Amino acid sequence: MYKINLLKTLTFLFFAITISVGATNNTDQTSSAEQESPVKNLKIEIKEYINHHLLDSYDFTFFSYTNDAGEHKYVSAPLPVILIDNGLKIFSSSKFHHGESVAEVDGDYYVVYHNKIYKTDALGTIESDEAHHATNEKPMDFSITKNVVFIIFVGLFMLLIFSRMANSYKNNPMPKGIGRLFEPLILFIRNDIAIPNIGEKHYRKYMSYLLTVFFFIWIINLLGLTPLGVNVTNNIAVTLALALVTYFITTFSGNKNYWKHVFWMPDVPWPMKIILAPIELLGTFIKPFSLMIRLYANITAGHIVMMSIIGLMFVFKNWIGSSLSFGLALALALLELLVAALQAYIFTMLSALYFGSAVEEHDHH
Amino acid sequence: MEIPTIVGAGLIVIGAGLGIGRIGGSAMDAIARQPEASGKIQTAMLIAAALIEGIGFAALFAA
Repeated sequence: MYKINLLKTLTFLFFAITISVGATNNTDQTSSAEQESPVKNLKIEIKEYINHHLLDSYDFTFFSYTNDAGEHKYVSAPLPVILIDNGLKIFSSSKFHHGESVAEVDGDYYVVYHNKIYKTDALGTIESDEAHHATNEKPMDFSITKNVVFIIFVGLFMLLIFSRMANSYKNNPMPKGIGRLFEPLILFIRNDIAIPNIGEKHYRKYMSYLLTVFFFIWIINLLGLTPLGVNVTNNIAVTLALALVTYFITTFSGNKNYWKHVFWMPDVPWPMKIILAPIELLGTFIKPFSLMIRLYANITAGHIVMMSIIGLMFVFKNWIGSSLSFGLALALALLELLVAALQAYIFTMLSALYFGSAVEEHDHH
Repeated sequence: MEIPTIVGAGLIVIGAGLGIGRIGGSAMDAIARQPEASGKIQTAMLIAAALIEGIGFAALFAA
C-alpha cells in the first residue's frame, strides 16, 4: 500500500483531471516545459500518460489532443462529485476545469491535487510536508468516478442479461440468444470449479457468488481492453473489496473442522500445534490478500506493458518502429484477452477452494 | 528506481519464471503420461502457477 501512495504522490498529472462543461471542448495553453529537449520530453510525456491512465478520474475523458494553435483540447464528460464535509455537497466535476481551477461550493473551496480532492482557500493553496504529501484537509469523498460508473454499468448489464436468461429457461429448457454463449461457461463453473472444490453437498450455496465474481471480473477485464480507458480491476481498492467478500464468506461459513485445523491441528504432535496455530491464523488473512494482489498486479502489469509498447511508436517515429510496436501490441492484446479470462477463472477457482476448505467434513479416527 | 531495486526485481522475475516453468514442464510430462487426466492436471497446474505468481507480484511490489 505504501508503494501505491508513493506512486500516486510521484505522479505528476500533466493531463490532470480533464473536465469540460457539458461534454464540450475546453482549452488551456501547453506548459512551458515543452520547449526543452523533445526526445526526453516525449518519454516523460508517455510515462505520465501511462500513470494517468492507471488512475481513476473524476470525469470521463475520451481523448485529448493539441491543436495547431498549441491549445490542449479535451473531449470528455463530467461526472458528479459527492463530498461529505459539513453536510452533503454534490456538484459536477466540470467545476474543477482539468483539475487546475478551484471549485467553489457553498462558500467552501476544493481542489484536485494528485487525483484526490482537498479542501483549500480561494487561491487553491496546497500545503505539503517534507515528503511532499499534501497536509490540507480532505473531505469524505463518495464521488461517482469513472471506475464507479463502470462498476455500476457492469452490474446493471449482468442483472439484465442474467435475469433475462433465467426467465427464458422457464418455458424452454434450451438456451436462447446470448444464453448459448453463457450456458457452457456457467456449467463449467458449476461442474469444474464448484463441485470438485466445494463438494456435491454444499456447492449450491456458493454458486451465486462464484458466478457473479467470475462474470464481473471477466467482463470488466474485457472492457479494460477496449479503447475506453476502463481500468477498474487495476484499482487496488476494487480488488480489495472483492477479496474481502471472499474472506468474509470463508470465515462465516467455516465449520468446526475448519477452525480446528486453524487453531489446533489434529494428528500433529503438540509442540508443532503451537507453532502451526499462528501460521495458520495468518494464512487465513494471506489467502484473500494474495487474491487481491494477484488480480491487481496482473491487470496493472498488462496495461503498463501494453501502453509502453504503444508508446514506442511515438519514440521511434519511423516505419520499422511503428510496425514493430503495432505487431507487438496486437500479440499482447491477444495475450491480455487470455489473461482477462484466466484471472477471472483463478479468482473464482481459489475462492471456491477456500470455501471448500471451510465446509469440508473430515472423518477423523 | 535505484540499481539494487532493479536487480532485486530481476531476481524475483527469474525465480518466479523458473518456478512456473517447472510447473508447466511437469504438467506436460504428466499429461503425456496420462492424457485422460489432463483436465485435473491443468487445474492443479493453474492453481500452483497462480500461487507462485502471487508471491512474485507481492515481492515485486515490495521491491
